Amino acid sequence: MKTLSAKWSQAGRAWCAWMALILLTHAGIGRAQDVPHPVIPDTLQQRIAACTACHGAHGEGTPESGFFPRLAGKPAGYLARQLKDFQLGLRKYAPMEYTVRQLSPEYMHEIAEYFAAQEVPYAPSPLPRVTAQTQERGETLVMHGDPSRQIPACQSCHGSQLTGVQPDIPGLVGLPYDYLSSQLGSWRTKTRAMAAPDCMAEIANRLSDSDITAVSAWLASRALPADMHAQAPGSVTPPLHCGVLGDQGDGT
Amino acid sequence: MKRVAIIIVVVVLLAGGWWLFQHQAQPSVAPSPIKADAASLKDPALVAQGEYLTVVGDCASCHTAQGGERYAGGRVLPTPFGNIPTPNITPDHATGLGDWSFEDFWQALHSGKGRHGEFLYPVFSYTSYTKVSREDALAMFAYLQSLAPVHAPAQQPSLAFPYNVRSGLKAWRALYFHEGEFQRDASKSEAWNRGAYLVQGLGHCNECHAPRDSLGGQEGKASLAGGQIPAQNWYAPDLSMQANGGLAGWSEQDLVDLLKTGQSARGTAFGPMADVVVQSTQHLHDEDLRAIATYLQSLPPRAATKSEEPLFDTHAIMAQGAKVYDQRCADCHGKDGNGVAGIYPPLNGNSSVNEPTAINAMRVVLLGGFAPVTKGNPRPYSMPPFAQQLSDADVAAVVTYIRRSWTNAASVVMERDVSKYRHTPID
Repeated sequence: MKTLSAKWSQAGRAWCAWMALILLTHAGIGRAQDVPHPVIPDTLQQRIAACTACHGAHGEGTPESGFFPRLAGKPAGYLARQLKDFQLGLRKYAPMEYTVRQLSPEYMHEIAEYFAAQEVPYAPSPLPRVTAQTQERGETLVMHGDPSRQIPACQSCHGSQLTGVQPDIPGLVGLPYDYLSSQLGSWRTKTRAMAAPDCMAEIANRLSDSDITAVSAWLASRALPADMHAQAPGSVTPPLHCGVLGDQGDGT
Repeated sequence: MKRVAIIIVVVVLLAGGWWLFQHQAQPSVAPSPIKADAASLKDPALVAQGEYLTVVGDCASCHTAQGGERYAGGRVLPTPFGNIPTPNITPDHATGLGDWSFEDFWQALHSGKGRHGEFLYPVFSYTSYTKVSREDALAMFAYLQSLAPVHAPAQQPSLAFPYNVRSGLKAWRALYFHEGEFQRDASKSEAWNRGAYLVQGLGHCNECHAPRDSLGGQEGKASLAGGQIPAQNWYAPDLSMQANGGLAGWSEQDLVDLLKTGQSARGTAFGPMADVVVQSTQHLHDEDLRAIATYLQSLPPRAATKSEEPLFDTHAIMAQGAKVYDQRCADCHGKDGNGVAGIYPPLNGNSSVNEPTAINAMRVVLLGGFAPVTKGNPRPYSMPPFAQQLSDADVAAVVTYIRRSWTNAASVVMERDVSKYRHTPID
């Protein structure tokens, strides 16, 4: 009896094993025949493919052309405001206006925080050929301004290291010449504006064409400081009234 | 020559319209008496109902400029006849509706006439709003009168001759405008009637989802059968949910999902419809959304259309399209074109992929963008814009591939078609 039952049990095990093999094989065939289903990570980076297609997965931008600005490491308040300004039509660029048109303030802040938190090395961008005098004029304007024309120094708002100030003021170093000069130009042509009083529009209109070249060239060619992070909040006193800074500042 | 021809057409239409106007019985129905005194207009329940109805009608979308005050007007609506800025509908006395009576408002909404009896341009969709009930109109008026007044002077339309002659609208109205409140169909359910009222009236769905002729008028028979939106260049698909309809295969739930969250198992709203979802339909009560679905389910089946077979061998363009699809699209939409449930829409069987003009598919490939941001989907996934990365030939190939793969069998797209739609719209 015992042997018989042992035999049966052996046969049962073999049968089970065989069935398992058949099942596995079939399951395997089933999987192979299915079209592989995309696996989509539940991450913000995945959600914002519309942003990263041009600005890079980590907001590195396109430093070689300067066309798609770097977003990585810029202060979050500044980035969120830019999205809002495209929505309001204060900044004019149809692809951006189209993309952000219906984003909520919460989502825009989350996206801004993502790019602000990215740590990406700065890549060199092409420099224009300018004279030593132009470079000197650029340095003067950035570091000291031009009091005779009521132009404040860039560093009086953008920080002593020109790396920006949390949470609303962007850095100016490590940016391509083409980007810097076109932004100053767009303040003059009113394709870039900010909440009133628009201090940057004031300044851009006080600069001459050659000043814009000089400032942009000097900033773009400046050696980067070791620490590229924006300075602590409240570490500058803006010399002009700026709507984006809550209208603080005391100059004219 | 063309201008002369247009003038002749307009003169003939004017004469014909005048004749029709003279021979038409004047609308004999006296407006039902309604209590519209200052005190009853301040009734909070009426104002709240009016707020809901202005959201259903998506009034803010047209009556708000980019970055402007809500309802203060100034958005410039492009039409094939010229640009028409929208007026300020806040209760400002000098520039808005501050001095309007309810009867003035009713005359605009119901009869398409301004306060002084002038014909309004039908870009203000009174062809639909005429179906709105007096009770609902009163509630909307009460709400608009409750807003903070904004001083925003009206801008003048820039219409070319002869469209700038307002009296020409008399003929247009005789041809295309059928004044009259929505009439209930007692043989249909309550939900059907509510849905029909919302879709045909305040929701003004037909203003985009039906074809227009060269005078911007709409054929009554082609109701909700889909059409190209003039000047905006998007295609608003056919809304029939029955055989061969644009929404064939959609369930009631799919439709409710799309209107409420911007996404459904069958497709995602984009372009102008994304704005409609964000600003209007996501805020609708569930029973109203279901009523809309009930009504759309009753739209008749459509005749089967067979897209014309191309006269050339499509193997090369399909092969190029398949290559682009594998590189750029398959990771999200799947090799089988079925998308990822709740994240990326299916392209297989998608009404916006298969619509007759291919405009939607081309533009979505070029523009990318986010699915609508709604309470039900506050952090949507998005699609990269490919305008910078793909040539016209590549876009034509991949759109052709998408339109002719799996169960899709729509027409081929040519490179020259893509080049027309490369620019990005703001409106």
